[in-house]
Amino acid sequence: MSAGPSRISPGGETVTFTFDAVTYCARAGDTLAAALLANGVGLVARSFKYHRPRGIMAAGIEEPNALVTVGEGGRAEPNTRATDLFVYEGMVAKSQNAWPSLSLDLGAALGLASPALPAGFYYKTFFGPAKRWMRYEWLIRRAAGLGNAPTLPDPDKFAQRAAFCDVLVVGAGPAGIKAALEAAESGAQVMLVEQDAVLGGSLHRDPDPECDAAWIAASAARIAALGGRILLRTTASGYWDHNFLTLTQRLAEPGAVPAHGFAQQLWHLRAGRVVLATGVIERPIPFTNNDRPGVMLAGAVRTYVRRYGVLPGRRVVIAANNDDAYRTAAALIEAGAEVLAILDSRSSSTADAPDGVPVLYDARPTHVSGTAHRLSRVTALVREREQSWTADLLAVSGGFVPVAHLHMQAGGKLDWNEAAQAFVPGVTHQNCVTIGAAADPVPATPAAPAGHPKKSFVDFQNDVSLADIDLAWQEGYRSVEHLKRYTTLGMATDQGKTSNMVALSRLAERGHVSVPQAGLTTFRPPFTPVTMGLFAGAGARNAAAHERRLALYDLHEARGPVWQPLGYWFRPRAYTLGSETLAEAALREARGVRTSVGLTDVSTLAKFEVSGPDAAALLEIVCATTVSKLAAGRGRYTFMLREDGMVFDDGTVWRLAEDRYLLTSSTGGADRMASHLSFVRNVLRPELRVSVVNVQEHHAGIAFAGPKASTLLAGLIGEAPPRHMSLARAVIAGVPVLLLAASYSGERAFEIYAEATQAQPVWRALAAAAEAEGGAPYGMDAMELLRIEKGHVVVGGEVDGRTTPRDLGLDKMLNKAGGFIGANGLQRPALSEPGRIELVGLEALGGEIAEGAMLIGAGGGAPQGHVTAAGRRVIEGGAIALAHLAGGHARRGEELTAASPTRGITTRVRVVAPHFYDPAGERYRD
Amino acid sequence: MYLIDCPHCGPRAQLEFTYERTMDSIAPAGADPQEAMRVLYSRANPMGADDEVWRHTYGCRAWLVLTRNRMTHSIDAVRAVGPETLA
Repeated sequence: MSAGPSRISPGGETVTFTFDAVTYCARAGDTLAAALLANGVGLVARSFKYHRPRGIMAAGIEEPNALVTVGEGGRAEPNTRATDLFVYEGMVAKSQNAWPSLSLDLGAALGLASPALPAGFYYKTFFGPAKRWMRYEWLIRRAAGLGNAPTLPDPDKFAQRAAFCDVLVVGAGPAGIKAALEAAESGAQVMLVEQDAVLGGSLHRDPDPECDAAWIAASAARIAALGGRILLRTTASGYWDHNFLTLTQRLAEPGAVPAHGFAQQLWHLRAGRVVLATGVIERPIPFTNNDRPGVMLAGAVRTYVRRYGVLPGRRVVIAANNDDAYRTAAALIEAGAEVLAILDSRSSSTADAPDGVPVLYDARPTHVSGTAHRLSRVTALVREREQSWTADLLAVSGGFVPVAHLHMQAGGKLDWNEAAQAFVPGVTHQNCVTIGAAADPVPATPAAPAGHPKKSFVDFQNDVSLADIDLAWQEGYRSVEHLKRYTTLGMATDQGKTSNMVALSRLAERGHVSVPQAGLTTFRPPFTPVTMGLFAGAGARNAAAHERRLALYDLHEARGPVWQPLGYWFRPRAYTLGSETLAEAALREARGVRTSVGLTDVSTLAKFEVSGPDAAALLEIVCATTVSKLAAGRGRYTFMLREDGMVFDDGTVWRLAEDRYLLTSSTGGADRMASHLSFVRNVLRPELRVSVVNVQEHHAGIAFAGPKASTLLAGLIGEAPPRHMSLARAVIAGVPVLLLAASYSGERAFEIYAEATQAQPVWRALAAAAEAEGGAPYGMDAMELLRIEKGHVVVGGEVDGRTTPRDLGLDKMLNKAGGFIGANGLQRPALSEPGRIELVGLEALGGEIAEGAMLIGAGGGAPQGHVTAAGRRVIEGGAIALAHLAGGHARRGEELTAASPTRGITTRVRVVAPHFYDPAGERYRD
Repeated sequence: MYLIDCPHCGPRAQLEFTYERTMDSIAPAGADPQEAMRVLYSRANPMGADDEVWRHTYGCRAWLVLTRNRMTHSIDAVRAVGPETLA
């Protein structure tokens, strides 16, 4: 009889797969863990920190050790539990965290240095000199770790769908199936979800003659016939408010090529009632080397024997503190293994052991030994005397932990069950109930660990031992939340499913308090790890954000511009000609505007029509400038404040008629402004007789700017165009247009609005007129150069949510009568104190100014501001910029350093007024 | 994710709605500046039910006042606000 795991009876293998490039055979329905055990593979992983040899400990999703990377290329899925991965033909699985191989792992040498890596060692490295820390950091990051994320894009698709049901049952063990059947019979729409690939749950390790395979099949058929839905390979991973759950469904096994392109599906489910039949997770027992391959949970042993026909060992010792593990002895003997002893830590038990199996009471394992692949010896203290066995498997059971994760995610409380030494689901305010073993776990009696604390592992996935918990306690970590963060206990992919209760018991023991007094960390979603692509769903590959095209898109595209994304929109950044760079094109276009004429697409500006008897009243609440005094046919610049007095948007307001206004504001803030106007109108001032209509996309807008703009426009419309800040209606190329004489560029300019569907002939006519005079279309970069030179602020640039009208030099325009949103906030004393960040201009004393550069005073010290926008004088040349500077208004003439370490540009600059071009505004007028 | 019973559309998932602010942060029109700032910044944040302004942004776009329990997250009342609901 050979030692180690093996198949009970050979044959039946129809599937081949590889693990670390070795080809193995498996039976259909095997998990990778079952298949590896069947092939005699004991060593499957190296531990996170110490690179200790690890085998398979569990048979379900709680497995902390046996993590593999499965699949290849972009489909590779790291950190997949071998116990939650069903073998398929051609599957490629690899071990993780070992180099050059699992058996010959150089990182294992680190294990020898483990005294240097105690609890909190990572935090302790922060205390040395920074240089040394950088070296530790490099070493730690290389040595520790789980699998590597694939670097290629995931070739698979992920679906999302929404659903409703009257009753959701989570877990298809005997309790779950019965509950689902009962609910379906009562007429409810039922969903039964099971993370496993088969129904039955614990029935596969503990058969029940009343719930045999035929009963399971008949129940499933009946549920389906009554309109119920049964989902396998589906995990209820998140339980949120109002009985909303997220279910993650595997449509293909990890790493496999999905049949229909979709690897997984995320369900957004709203359930009337939720029944949690989630079962229990078995607790391991701490003793020396309890993490070795060959130490396995007693329930998992039964699962391998009865469900998969695999014997995890031939000469077995069982260690337990409860009656349940006795069933493992029976299962092993049925399968032909030898059970050498049951070590029961209790002083007596009424449980039946199979004939011939010695039961030793007051018996606790102290240590095991063997190779990296196989267990060879088990040693225990039996009534305080040491005793040893030659064995290749130690089955352990330290009691049972209810899977109360979803209950707790739902906001439910946990109650302490003293008999089971476990937290069980208590009250919850959601319509949710827990049934089955999770509500009523098997009684277990606590026993003091008997091994050496340093090698008695609690959290296998994070290499946290009893000694680490003791050290954290000594160093003052009393709260379980602190313990978790200091030792990393309960972190990573298994979130402490097997370790939390063992650790809590130790903490309670140290503090001489009961376990419930020691506390419990909070369970948060997801229950088991979820692939990121599933959350993105169809939103991956940019499908989440829609792309909006301008009404004049075709005309721009014909000129081959460089496009710039702006919110949902794309706008021409510059119309490069020949071999021009972007910067050259922008400067050429801007010069065209300064010397002749140019045209640009401003369709994306936010636009609102505000009409009704109280239109002016509404606008005087929203705008911080006066509106009511505006004569019909006139317009003016305006800006809007938040309640705290900070500027949040700006634009222009035009009085189209006595009771009708057009308000424009920034492109990027369009949605926010629409919502703000609606809030003011409906929530703050519902009594006003006013209507606000968002006309952003109704009109296409073209700015026509330059010294020749007025003359050319007159030629097109056959009359004199409106004066600066006046409006007129006209016809261009047969299309009715609204002309707003406003200037952003600093030249005489017009914004020309036409209905979006009719705007193309207008653009063509304006472009032809401009080009006949040497003018050209200009893009956003040229517009930026023009507005910086003119000192116009931009939302998101100079208007950054921290600046008041006074900071931006706009305070003279404020409505003296008050009553606007922000008027109260502006009266806060701190907003008029000296030294605030204020808008200034900067002139380079040679060289370029970098955008974002910090402004440093003559004496050095902390930055006193930063460059918000860097440009150049369009005609004369020379670098200029707009900037935020502490107390800036009073610092004209001062010399500063504009330093940008990230761009490697440092320039001497002089503080000037933020108006570099035509400060008196003479060029607007005809 | 909450299930919010829109008075116009019926029960809909929270992702159709946007949260705006608590009702108690809105000062009455004409409040004195200091009082307005106190209202803006000192919110009651009760351990229980509170009135909040929400909007059915991705539905009927109506503005709503929800009475929501901050402890249990239950929503005990939903009413629409706007010119059409003025007495």
